[in-house]
Amino acid sequence: MTFALILLSLLILGSAAVAMALRNLIYSALLLIGSWAGIAGFYLWAGAEFVAFAQILIYVGAISMVVLFAVLLTKQGHAPEPVEFNSVSRFITGLIAGGGVAGVLLGAILGMPLEVRTAGTTPTLTVKALGAQLMGPHTAALLVIGLLLTVSLLGAVVLASDERRDQPEDAP
Amino acid sequence: MNTAAGADAYLERVPLVLRDAIVQWFPAPTQWLVHHLITVGVILAVFGTFFAFTTIAERKLLGRLQNRLGPNRAGLPWWQKGPKLWGLTQPFADAVKALTKEDIVPAAADKLLHFLAPVLVVTFSLLTFAVLPFGRNLIPVDLDAALLYFFAAGSATELAIFMAGWASRNKYSLLAAMRALAQVISYELPLLLSVVPVVLIAGTLSTREIVVAQGFWTFGALPHWFVFTPWGAAGFVLFLVSALAESNRSPFDLPEAESELIAGHLTEYSGFKYALFFMAEYFGLTALSGLGVTLFLGGWQAPCAFLQFIPSYLWFMGKLIGMIVFFIWVRGTLLRLRIDQLTRLAWQFMVPLALVNIGNAAFWALTAGWTGPLQFVRWGVSIAIVVLPFVLIGRRLNAGRAPRTYQYAAS
Repeated sequence: MTFALILLSLLILGSAAVAMALRNLIYSALLLIGSWAGIAGFYLWAGAEFVAFAQILIYVGAISMVVLFAVLLTKQGHAPEPVEFNSVSRFITGLIAGGGVAGVLLGAILGMPLEVRTAGTTPTLTVKALGAQLMGPHTAALLVIGLLLTVSLLGAVVLASDERRDQPEDAP
Repeated sequence: MNTAAGADAYLERVPLVLRDAIVQWFPAPTQWLVHHLITVGVILAVFGTFFAFTTIAERKLLGRLQNRLGPNRAGLPWWQKGPKLWGLTQPFADAVKALTKEDIVPAAADKLLHFLAPVLVVTFSLLTFAVLPFGRNLIPVDLDAALLYFFAAGSATELAIFMAGWASRNKYSLLAAMRALAQVISYELPLLLSVVPVVLIAGTLSTREIVVAQGFWTFGALPHWFVFTPWGAAGFVLFLVSALAESNRSPFDLPEAESELIAGHLTEYSGFKYALFFMAEYFGLTALSGLGVTLFLGGWQAPCAFLQFIPSYLWFMGKLIGMIVFFIWVRGTLLRLRIDQLTRLAWQFMVPLALVNIGNAAFWALTAGWTGPLQFVRWGVSIAIVVLPFVLIGRRLNAGRAPRTYQYAAS
C-alpha cells in the first residue's frame, strides 16, 4: 500500500515538475493532465471511488480540453522566450502572492479537525450516502457553489459574446 | 420479477461455471489474477470479433442503402474456387492487409505522441466495457459509481484524438483536432444530462441495479423499460444524438470529414496504427450503444416475461446489434453538419431540453404514488413537459432560418 502511494506521489509531483520545466506548452498541458490523472489514482488508493471518477471526468475529460483549446488558440511565438529573472519587485510580488495562497491553504488544512484513521477501519461509503450527505447537511454549500459556477459561466458568456447578432451562412 | 428462477437457469450460469472451472486449474495465489485475465480475454475476443463483423455489416448495409452490392468477393484463403460466403471473411483479409502495410511516420511529426495516440485511444475505449452488464450474472466489474466510471473512461478518448492531430504536424490533422475538442465540449454536456433522469428514477449509479430496476412487466408482456416513459423516450433520443456526436459518426463526423479534411487526424496514420483508430471508434460506438441499451432499453431483460427462457446475454447482444444497425442506417441517411450548426444544436437546443427532461423525471418520481385516473394525468403532464419545450425552442431557433434559399441553384 505504501509502495503504491510512493509511486503515485512520484507520478503526480514528477509530471507536475516536468510540466513546469518544459518550454513546449502542449507537452506541459499533457503532463499536467497526467498529474491530474495521478491525483485521481490517489483518490482511488484512498478508497474514494466517486471522487476519483469525478476527478477524471472533470479534469482529464473537460478542463484538459479547455486548457488545450486555450493553448492552441493563443498566439505562440516560434522562438520560445526563456523567462529570466529581471526585476526584484517582480520576484517579491510573486513571492507574496504564492506565499499568501500557500498560507491560506496550510491554515485551512491545519485548522481542520481531521479524524486520523488507522488501516482497516476505512468506512465503505456508497454513492447514495454521499449524495444524502450533500443534499442533507451540506445543501447550503452545494447551492453556493452552484450559484458561483453559474455566475462565472454567465460572466464568461457576457465577455465572449459580441454585440452584433450572428449572421449564419444559411440565413435567408 | 422472478429473478430467483432466472438466475439459477443453467444457460445463465454457463459462462461463470466455465470460468470457475478454468480458474481451478491454477494454484490458489494466482487465482484472482487468472479470474480477471479470463474476463479481460473474453471481452477482447467477443468484442474484437464483434468489431470485425460490425465493419463488414456496415460496408454491406451502406452498400445496400446506396444501391450497390458492398464487399462480396472475399472467400476462403488457399481455396480460390471455394464458396464466397457472401464476403463475410472480408474483415480478416482487411486485418492482414493492415498488419502488413508499411508504417509511415512523418519526418516532422512528434514521434512519441504520434505513437502514443492510437495506443491510448484503444485503451480508453476498451476500459468502458468494464462496467456494462452483459447478462444477468455477467458484469466484469460491479462498481457502485459505474456510470461515472463509464463517462470518465470515455471522456479521455478525445484527448488521444487531439494528441494524434497535434503530433502529426499536419494542418488538416490539427484542424480536425480542434474540431474534435469543440465537439466533445459541446456534446459531453447533453450526453451526461440525458443520463441524469435515469439515475434520478433508479436511485443508483450502478449499471447492474439500473437494469434490475427495469425488470418488470405489465400483464407479463409490456416491459417497464425506461424508454417507454415520456422522460425516458426524450432522454433516449437525446442520448442517441449525443452518442452519435461523441463517437464522431455521421452526421457528426466533422473531425474526420473525408471531403474537407482528408480524414482529419487519420491523415498521417497508416497501416496498423490507422486500424487501431478505426477499431477504437467502433469500440466506442459499441460501448455507448451498450450503455444506451443498459440505461433505456432494459439491458439484458427480456421484452416479455415468457421470453425469459432465452439467456439474458443473448437479449443484450440482440439489442446491441439493433442499436448498431440503427447507427449504420443513420450514417447512410443523414448529411454532415457544419461546425456552427453542430455547436448551435448542442448548446441552444439539446442542453435546454435535457435540463427540462431532468425536471420531468423529478415530476415522474414525485407522482409515483398516483393511481387510477390520476395515472392519465401523470402521463399527460409528463408528455406535455417533453413536447411543449421541444416545439417552442425548435420554432424559436428555426425562426428566420427556413426555408433555405440557394444562391446558385435553381429552386
